[in-house]
Amino acid sequence: MNLSVRIGGLTLQNPVTVASGTFGYGVEYSQLVDLNQLGAVVVKGIRLEPVRGNPTPRTVEVTSGLINAIGLQGPGVEGCIRSYWPFLKELKVPAIINIWGVTVAEYTEVARRLDALGGVGALELNVSCPNIKEGGAQFGTDPRLLSQVVAACRKVTRLPLITKLSPNVVSIVPYAQAAEAAGSDALSIMNSYPAMAIDVETRRPVLANVTGGLTGPCIKPIALKLVWEAAKAVKIPIIGMGGIQSATDAIEFIMAGATAVAVGTANFYEPQTPLQVIAGLRQFMLQEGIEDVRHLIGSAQIGK
Amino acid sequence: MVEQTAQIVSNERDTDLYFRVVVRAAQIAPLVQPGQFVHVRILPLRHALLRRPFSVLQVAEGTLSLLYKIVGQGTEVLSRMRPGEELSLIGPLGHGFTVPHPGGEVPLLVAGGYGMAALFLLAERSPQRGIVFVGGRRRADILCEKEFRALGWEVCVTTEDGSHGERGIVTEALLAELKRRAPGRKLFACGPTPMLKAVGRLAAEHNLPAELSLDQHMGCGIGVCLTCVAPIKTAGGWEYQRTCTEGPVFDFRQIAWEEAE
Repeated sequence: MNLSVRIGGLTLQNPVTVASGTFGYGVEYSQLVDLNQLGAVVVKGIRLEPVRGNPTPRTVEVTSGLINAIGLQGPGVEGCIRSYWPFLKELKVPAIINIWGVTVAEYTEVARRLDALGGVGALELNVSCPNIKEGGAQFGTDPRLLSQVVAACRKVTRLPLITKLSPNVVSIVPYAQAAEAAGSDALSIMNSYPAMAIDVETRRPVLANVTGGLTGPCIKPIALKLVWEAAKAVKIPIIGMGGIQSATDAIEFIMAGATAVAVGTANFYEPQTPLQVIAGLRQFMLQEGIEDVRHLIGSAQIGK
Repeated sequence: MVEQTAQIVSNERDTDLYFRVVVRAAQIAPLVQPGQFVHVRILPLRHALLRRPFSVLQVAEGTLSLLYKIVGQGTEVLSRMRPGEELSLIGPLGHGFTVPHPGGEVPLLVAGGYGMAALFLLAERSPQRGIVFVGGRRRADILCEKEFRALGWEVCVTTEDGSHGERGIVTEALLAELKRRAPGRKLFACGPTPMLKAVGRLAAEHNLPAELSLDQHMGCGIGVCLTCVAPIKTAGGWEYQRTCTEGPVFDFRQIAWEEAE
């Protein structure tokens, strides 16, 4: 049975990864999960300098979901390299590093420094965090800016580039195509969906940031539809994510056209989820007599 | 840190809205240090996703007990679970209290409501007896009084309505004791934030060490989601640190309360 898939020049032993921001830098989960069983480890978004993050409350639980406005707290690229690269480089599976910036120059500088490390599996370009006023989302909601940032990163690194798209657009197709045309090797679909909650006792928004990004099982049908649409419009592979908590969820994404998937919010409540998804996928393929997971990719698309 | 399925041995009302659940958790129980917590997935809670953190009240031969108050849908559903049903636990988690040394400072524990749950194990494992100050709104908020007395600790109870112990708030009783004698004592506290701030002020005024256990909303419990952060002083200023990992127990001098506003 073959579970391996390719994302640009990168081979994953299986198509199950984790979503940036839900898995820290990998090391936090290492006592609970055998990271080397995963398709890849994807770390939290980093920019050039350390980021303090937003005031609290930063998250609120909603029906079958979670709204977060963390504000991409992190140690900056040098802090990340110093604290976490010694651990990440010893993994047997690829480490994919999610990066962001306020300017195109910041994206390229972070990309350059990570490229220089040697051994990074791929870079995921975060152009879609809803909680950062400047940068992040502005690149993800303007196809022209999106092209610029992808093309600029393409010039400074040969590492596979994965562009993580925002769901907060009228149609995802022009963004998927812009990223592909600018040299992105793959797409991650989707980031969180802008949302909010109100505390009726205080009559105020729950989150200090007022709004945040919705994740968890409640967004899965939205993410699935975006993967479906993008898969028809581009040739590059798609990593599907949004509310995956079971193998069935993951298989839906693959059938919609995703080459790989990422488990996100489920890591917070059930750290074994990625391994359960891998086991369940294997089981499904066995039952259905499918020898290669690549035969499932896009198999729900009409005409396939 | 271990993840394990834990069967409920008993789950009974303590007083009023407070419950005690005892679970069999043979892997986690022997590892627990005072002030640490377990992160509990209440499996029947299908549409509320996150685990709930609970301080470990007691540990005994492969079981551990948790003290909780019904504050929301998670604890409400938990209160209706029966012996034999299962929970998923991750633990022990967090940085707990420093257990007093023999001959060291005399521990004064300060608890508000279910904050008591974080302090009992500290008293049990402390080679030195001390005084525990327990406060609440009314009699039903006073927990574990008998257990502390059984350990040979002096217990000083305050209630806001005067229905049990002295009428007043717990930090007033603490202040009265510190006025009698402060040197050579160390404060350990868990409870609502205003109480913790007051304990920190008293520690500063009397030049005493104090360890405070912060109660913050928590997400993953293992340091990745960055929900439970608190402002903590650093050499160059302050930063948000994780209550689940660097905490929940912090030296009171580290906490930059003014930045949390």
